Amino acid sequence: MSLASTQSVAEIKARNKELINEVLKVYPEKTAKRRAKHLSVHEAGKSDCGVKSNLKSIPGVMTIRGCAYAGSKGVVWGPIKDMIHISHGPVGCGQYSWGSRRNYYVGTTGIDAFGTMQFTSDFQEKDIVFGGDKKLAQVIDEIQGLFPLNHGITIQSECPVGLIGDDIEAVSRAKSKEYDGKTIVPVRCEGFRGVSQSLGHHIANDAVRDWIFDKLTPETERRFESTPYDVAIIGDYNIGGDAWSSRILLEEMGLRVIAQWSGDGSLAELEATPKAKLNILHCYRSMNYISRHMEEKFGIPWCEYNFFGPSKIAESLRKIASFFDDKIREGAERVIAKYQPLVDAVIAKYRPRLEGKSVMLFVGGLRPRHVIGAYEDLGMEVIGTGYEFGHNDDYQRTAQHYVKDGTLIYDDVTGYEFERFVEKIQPDLVGSGIKEKYVFQKMGVPFRQMHSWDYSGPYHGYDGFAIFARDMDMAINSPIWKKTRPPWKEVPRPSLMAAE
Amino acid sequence: MTQNAENVLDHLELFRGPEYQQMLANKRALFENAHDPAEVERIREWAKTPEYREKNFAREELTINPAKACQPLGAVFASVGFEGTLPFVHGSQGCVAYYRSHLSRHFKEPTSCVSSSMTEDAAVFGGLNNMVDGLANSYNMYKPKMIAVSTTCMAEVIGDDLNAFIKTSKEKGSVPAEFDVPFAHTPAFVGSHVTGYDNALKGILEHFWDGKAGSEPKLERKPNERINFIGGFDGYTVGNIREIKRIFEVMGVDYTILADNSDVFDTPTEGEFRMYDGGTTLADAANAIHAKATISMQQYCTEKTLSFIESHGQKVVSFNHPVGVSATDDFLMTLSHITGKAIPKILEQERGRLVDAMADSSAHIHGKRFAIYGDPDLCYGLAAFLLELGAEPTHVLSTNGNKAWEEKMQALFASSQYAKDCHVYPGKDLWHMRSLLFTEPVDLLIGNTYGKYLERDTGTPLIRIGFPVFDRHHHHRYPVWGYQGGLNVLVKILDKIFEEIDKKSNVVGKTDYSFDIIR
Repeated sequence: MSLASTQSVAEIKARNKELINEVLKVYPEKTAKRRAKHLSVHEAGKSDCGVKSNLKSIPGVMTIRGCAYAGSKGVVWGPIKDMIHISHGPVGCGQYSWGSRRNYYVGTTGIDAFGTMQFTSDFQEKDIVFGGDKKLAQVIDEIQGLFPLNHGITIQSECPVGLIGDDIEAVSRAKSKEYDGKTIVPVRCEGFRGVSQSLGHHIANDAVRDWIFDKLTPETERRFESTPYDVAIIGDYNIGGDAWSSRILLEEMGLRVIAQWSGDGSLAELEATPKAKLNILHCYRSMNYISRHMEEKFGIPWCEYNFFGPSKIAESLRKIASFFDDKIREGAERVIAKYQPLVDAVIAKYRPRLEGKSVMLFVGGLRPRHVIGAYEDLGMEVIGTGYEFGHNDDYQRTAQHYVKDGTLIYDDVTGYEFERFVEKIQPDLVGSGIKEKYVFQKMGVPFRQMHSWDYSGPYHGYDGFAIFARDMDMAINSPIWKKTRPPWKEVPRPSLMAAE
Repeated sequence: MTQNAENVLDHLELFRGPEYQQMLANKRALFENAHDPAEVERIREWAKTPEYREKNFAREELTINPAKACQPLGAVFASVGFEGTLPFVHGSQGCVAYYRSHLSRHFKEPTSCVSSSMTEDAAVFGGLNNMVDGLANSYNMYKPKMIAVSTTCMAEVIGDDLNAFIKTSKEKGSVPAEFDVPFAHTPAFVGSHVTGYDNALKGILEHFWDGKAGSEPKLERKPNERINFIGGFDGYTVGNIREIKRIFEVMGVDYTILADNSDVFDTPTEGEFRMYDGGTTLADAANAIHAKATISMQQYCTEKTLSFIESHGQKVVSFNHPVGVSATDDFLMTLSHITGKAIPKILEQERGRLVDAMADSSAHIHGKRFAIYGDPDLCYGLAAFLLELGAEPTHVLSTNGNKAWEEKMQALFASSQYAKDCHVYPGKDLWHMRSLLFTEPVDLLIGNTYGKYLERDTGTPLIRIGFPVFDRHHHHRYPVWGYQGGLNVLVKILDKIFEEIDKKSNVVGKTDYSFDIIR
């Protein structure tokens, strides 16, 4: 049981502040000053969480963050299944991100789908010296020869491309012309741009705008017939099938999902989206840019939603339905009612096992706030959270809708800080990524990866909530955590002698 | 509704239900602009043909599904093998996130490593400030005994000078002047992770042996009887290095394992996170100059390191990831020859047991055709083992194998009657392998986790040996070197063969024969 449940809010705040002061002591003065701005204790009623964010990571501190390439290729573009995404540059970036994000899709891989493949121009020294544009042109030709059913190509720039002055836009234009207007998208997502994955999302969004929306042809326009109930799912990467367990609910309430951005997505779905009546946005961080653009340019409203846990799901279904007529509103109520028995059964089974357990999170995108409701539905409490690459608008949403008074907030946490926080607070569960998983498990703290769902999932929707509950239970209540110390080293409990 | 609280279904079962299947079919039919299934089928069949293979092999610039990673991964792997050492990669920070994830997914262990987090301004002005601040922060936060610096391609393209940067950082007080900060330039656009391993290890030895970047007199070699041992970039480092230590100990050899990461990639769960564990002590790294000889288990991981060591007067010997009887014989005889220590009875017994096991089982492997891919040394070691089992390593492919490796493989093939139809493919990738498996099918495939796509597409059963192995657990804890290691490899191969025979013969009413209880 966590300390949180036995302490007053004032005591928790004092402890958290002390913890922050303690971790800052390890840094050289200049670094301590910078890191202090990213650590805070949430004060109820404040409009944000009291931390600075989206600033450069400090050299040498072991940030958990990735890069712009990861944000573009790994997150936004990679899941578009019928396009071929070239990791343009040296071999590593594409290799380390190959198949590791579990963006599920259905298709004949290697023939009409390419999601779990690694296409790279594999830069050699000569390409650095002489430039990679000719190579890129030939790479595109070779793709066209070997994969005739691909629907388009994107060029995901790695660091050297931007440093050696290559003109990938010119190559893209020339090759698009050569191949009858084929969609070829150059993306300037070199890893040194920006401070994290986040700029990569933005650059990738802009590339959709400039190289897909601005190039829509009458033919692609004609292909699509609208209905009044067309929506697009924006910012769901279908990790473990998340977008599917979301889509099914939207369809059941009477909506027609015309596109998934970008999990199990296709070029045609991107192209059809300007015809949507409403864009519904799950991962605000990675796809708010294109949603705003579609609002301005095509007049499509957008709304954020949250499909983690039954409370937020019901709230979200009603919010989405509010943009439509009574038929859809009734549909939302019908869906909520249909799944209520499942929700009740899941909560009846798992809540008694999880009630009062405390959680510390450190994740990317939407999860540092979005999953809080799902934990609360199970009687658990999130006592610390932070964003890998969030901006102030993320912290505002977190403060206004999600976290409780006294929650420990840590932006772009360093390995050192996270370890000390967990060591001192001893939560019942930590939810973070693969780089953190084994650190905390060694410490005997139950852990779930909250990027990849630890190879489980989906976690979205009602079907996903059941899996979420099962997984949290099996992490926290695994018998293995009772065995981390050899019995001969257990401190003997004072035995109670019977009173004479 | 398929989901239920009593028996919660996750992705493996959930989406097979009729609601989801219908939903996915509709999505495809209405929104994906999908190709006609007949056309997809036509292209799928075409991609299996010799014609497609020819086109595929004519590729010059496009790489598809390569079996190699980039230099800094190897540098990080080598660096964590030294006592209290924090790898510090100078360049973009995303790279470090990737190396840490990659190694952690294979070993199921934490991987500690920092970045100098260079961004646009550093691209313009150079990353000196990032180095100065980064070293100071790492030193204060993580209390390392040594920081081993390598580079991402960003720092290499802009031409940052590590030697000068580290000197300046020390002058500015980031770390004490005498603190060990070896370095290696590890450009991702040259070689692969095995090159990075080589460069990093050489950088560390050079640091200790050649006067710590001009700050101390060079060490003078005073030859002793010790043997240095280098494992190379090895997914089985945990099991292998422990097995090698045991062999050295039973032979009574005085040894130093260089870059011994067998403990840091296998830390116990006891309630405490060990950022550093085990590793070659810094004193041993320095004293390694005095050793009588250095043995490398992987020639292509240590070419520069060995020539550096040799230039300091030591005898150097390299192997190619030795697996099996003859390769282990060679290793032990070389060790015995160098040290003058006899090969003890216990190892003779182990040898006899491996021969015994191979004799017991060889009928199941003899004549089977294999495709192998992986790092050049691993491919060589496995091919040699298959040949001594009477199997045929029909396709041997290494994305990071070079011309010299190709010739060495050819020489191996020339030495065996079983290798008449065997071919070597340097610099090729797994999409080439796909064409090979379709046009010249084999019985079994040996490779890393990514081979599962080849297994699925071509129906060639995959035996997972290599790096990375993400989707099977704990195999890295078992050695593949030494006679015991050979036995492990033999069992892996046999298990797959028997499972395949069972799978082919388990249809009731159709193949009741061959479904044998004794094999």
